Amino acid sequence: MADAVITREGLRVVGQPVVRHDARDKVAAATAYAADWALPGMLHAAVLRSPHPSARIARLDTTRAAAMAGVAVVLTAKDVPRNTLSTDVPGQTTAVGPLRATLHVLAEERVRHQGEPVALVAAETLEAAQAAVEAIEVEYEPTPGVFTPETALAPGAPAVHGTGNLLAHWHIARGDVARALTDAAVVVEGEYTTQMVDAAYLEPESGVAWIDSDGVITIRLSTQVIEHFRDVAEVLQVPQNRVRVIGTYLGGGFGGKEDVTVEAYLGLLALKTGRPVKMVWTRHESLLSRAKRHPYRLRYRTAANARGEVVAQQIELLADAGAYAYLSALVLLYSTVTAAGPYRVPAVEVDARVAYTNNPPTSAMRGFGAMQTVFAYESQMDRVARTLGLDPVAVRHVNSLRRGDTLPVGQVIETHVAIPELSERVWAALGPPTPPRAPHVRVGRGLACNFQPYGRIVWLHDWASAWVGFEMDGSLVVRCGCPDVGGGQASSLCQIAAEVLGVSLSRISVHVSDSALTPLAGTTTASRQLYMSGNAVLKTARELRAPLLRVAATMLGADVDAIDMEEDGVVTHDGRALPMTDVLRECARTGVPRSHLGVYHAPAGEPVDLAKGSGKVFPDYTFGAHAAEVEVDTETGVVRVLRYAAAHDVGRAINPQSVEGQIEGGAVQGLGYGLMEEVVLEDGINLTTSFSTYLIPTAVDVPDVRALVVESGEGLGPFNARGIGEPPIGPPAAALANAIEDATGVRITRLPITAERVARALGLIG
Amino acid sequence: MIARLVLNGRPREVEVRANQTLLELLRDTLGIFDVKEGCDEGVCGVCTVLLDGRPASSCLVLAAGLRGRAVTTLRGLERNGGLHPLQEAFIRHGAVQCGFCTPGMLLTTLAFLEREPRPDREAIRAALEGNLCRCTGYTKIVDAVEAYARGERHHG
Repeated sequence: MADAVITREGLRVVGQPVVRHDARDKVAAATAYAADWALPGMLHAAVLRSPHPSARIARLDTTRAAAMAGVAVVLTAKDVPRNTLSTDVPGQTTAVGPLRATLHVLAEERVRHQGEPVALVAAETLEAAQAAVEAIEVEYEPTPGVFTPETALAPGAPAVHGTGNLLAHWHIARGDVARALTDAAVVVEGEYTTQMVDAAYLEPESGVAWIDSDGVITIRLSTQVIEHFRDVAEVLQVPQNRVRVIGTYLGGGFGGKEDVTVEAYLGLLALKTGRPVKMVWTRHESLLSRAKRHPYRLRYRTAANARGEVVAQQIELLADAGAYAYLSALVLLYSTVTAAGPYRVPAVEVDARVAYTNNPPTSAMRGFGAMQTVFAYESQMDRVARTLGLDPVAVRHVNSLRRGDTLPVGQVIETHVAIPELSERVWAALGPPTPPRAPHVRVGRGLACNFQPYGRIVWLHDWASAWVGFEMDGSLVVRCGCPDVGGGQASSLCQIAAEVLGVSLSRISVHVSDSALTPLAGTTTASRQLYMSGNAVLKTARELRAPLLRVAATMLGADVDAIDMEEDGVVTHDGRALPMTDVLRECARTGVPRSHLGVYHAPAGEPVDLAKGSGKVFPDYTFGAHAAEVEVDTETGVVRVLRYAAAHDVGRAINPQSVEGQIEGGAVQGLGYGLMEEVVLEDGINLTTSFSTYLIPTAVDVPDVRALVVESGEGLGPFNARGIGEPPIGPPAAALANAIEDATGVRITRLPITAERVARALGLIG
Repeated sequence: MIARLVLNGRPREVEVRANQTLLELLRDTLGIFDVKEGCDEGVCGVCTVLLDGRPASSCLVLAAGLRGRAVTTLRGLERNGGLHPLQEAFIRHGAVQCGFCTPGMLLTTLAFLEREPRPDREAIRAALEGNLCRCTGYTKIVDAVEAYARGERHHG
């Protein structure tokens, strides 16, 4: 590994549960989120959205709305300089081939999903803007729609777009699956259904735009991707260097703020009016129209020998893309690559399709296609174990990938795979079994493991840059275009710089997420930000450190190898010390730079032929194991989670407290997915557009999560860290289903696992 | 019409619309952004204020109906620029991630601990049921509240 040089013993700041630098402002409510921002003369914007999932726009007349008091402008598709917006891999600067997809900024002749934006209004007050939206005259002619991927792919189905409803199709075949299925001691067949869910961050999509000096269209918003400044420039048909995106601290993202949200609308309205404009979506708008997690149908045939070794998996995946492509092809690719789980399976066939429908669009959400598959492959693994009378830990032990094994896609695993020890530890962490509290209550336990890629697909040639510099008083500035979604991204960068340059954390200022003023570092998605921006800051700090040490060595009359940067200065191994300010003054006098811009390039590779299983797709993976103890009320079907433990090999925890936070929070989002969350659609009409109908876990719905932070010392990130943003959301649903079967003997194959579904499986209701 | 309230200890009279909520009054009219807007229906808890010392969703309160009641936002807890010990406990225990739920969470907790100074974890969870958090999974929030209630404040 690239950064295996510094050992744990030598670390001072990295590995410590330091107080995050953003925490004080946040507990004092001093953090200015995107909606906590106002400018003099600011207009307020509102969006007209389609009430129909599939309709032709027969007439659209904005005359009356535009004439209303206080209305500054009303815009429709014809007012958008370039109404087609690319929605390919966000922030990507090299070709993405078949992953490229497009959508309309505002609907043209057709609307393809309920909530699709049709027109924009900016007015002096929000009330005036909303009134004008109501006054826009639209005549829709409803057209037949398709609302499941199965019907969408049936012959003669109405086409959502002109091109047919099959959006993407991936296929992997490795080994002789048919033969293995015939010869196996046991074959387990299962069909699983996962639901559509929403990121449901507490901060709705929001931002403010204004025209800054030199005509730069400046958009301050809540986003995981400041590189969307390029998309806004494309929409506005202005040069890319005339759009600036300032990313605020996010009130949660979870992938839902990865695609474009308000920025193109704000850019358009600011450009057309010349005035500052604010747009804040209501919760209803956010739940109605924002891209969601793909629902999947997963069919598995799993063959194992008598020892419980899985010898073949035949897998068929079908996902719902909704009305626009967004990142569906990419999400499906993640599913395809991870479909057989973190296990060595000699023969695998995966056939994966995703189809357009007239449902709300689906796209990125924490877990990104590598999540739905966990529910299926871990349910299957548990059933194999049950069929053969094997212990759940033992079956993972015999099947776990090992270093040197090859994934079905042809990628050789080059890292330690901690599945066996994670399974053991997390299972033990549940402690002694809880006795049932009543005769009609059954208690059971379930285990589920997963692996989640971190970092971009290797043929996307990912990179990140950072700037690190000393001020003359010895304080340090870190600049990095990394959006902080609340996971402590910016704070970890401070720790890394402090580690390398010996600066106290309190003497570091970090500036993040500004496309004009911070070096671009790519998206806070794909569990890549610690890996990429962390490596960029590490590399930059090391490149800055070397010349500073040479200057200090000369001043001290010591060898460079015999001095170190620590305690805000330079010290010699024989106990002499030089304040950093003295070194910096000498640098200024002799022309040695006190700052440095560095770029980190991730290991890259060429596109692979999936069908041939020809090679590497992802840089690396994070492995995990979760264990749940549940009680099931056999009179009502109500499931309560009694205990929960989650273990992940994070390589190295830069800030163990932040890592625990990711694991605990991810596990609870996963429990919400497993137990209660569902976007309910009826022929494309969303019935869950409020927080009283779209339910996410409250403090009483979930138990304490015991997070086990395991450090193998192997990872591609700074100090051998792995990504941990997404991985913890994967296993909970499967761990619950496995625990419920352990408790009751019934197998739940459809999410969410509501009391009604359990009651039906128990035969309590018909 | 006129809304009368005592905001963080200071009497205020503000011109409002008849249908204007306390949340809109605080954020849009007075620029008090420590109260967040999350769901507009009193479910998520990010707009929590203390109304005469009791937690309330400011999105469900009509400003014109306040009639001189005491409204406390998080900034109202500030003492000489220092943090309240409960805020320190949230920092120390890593109970803050995105921070969007934090102001409401803190206010609900303080009002709860006034009534029940030594709660167990289950009681803390029940008290926080009306304040959603999407990031932390609640474990570290309960840790922070429990530690503060047990008197960790004296050593912080």
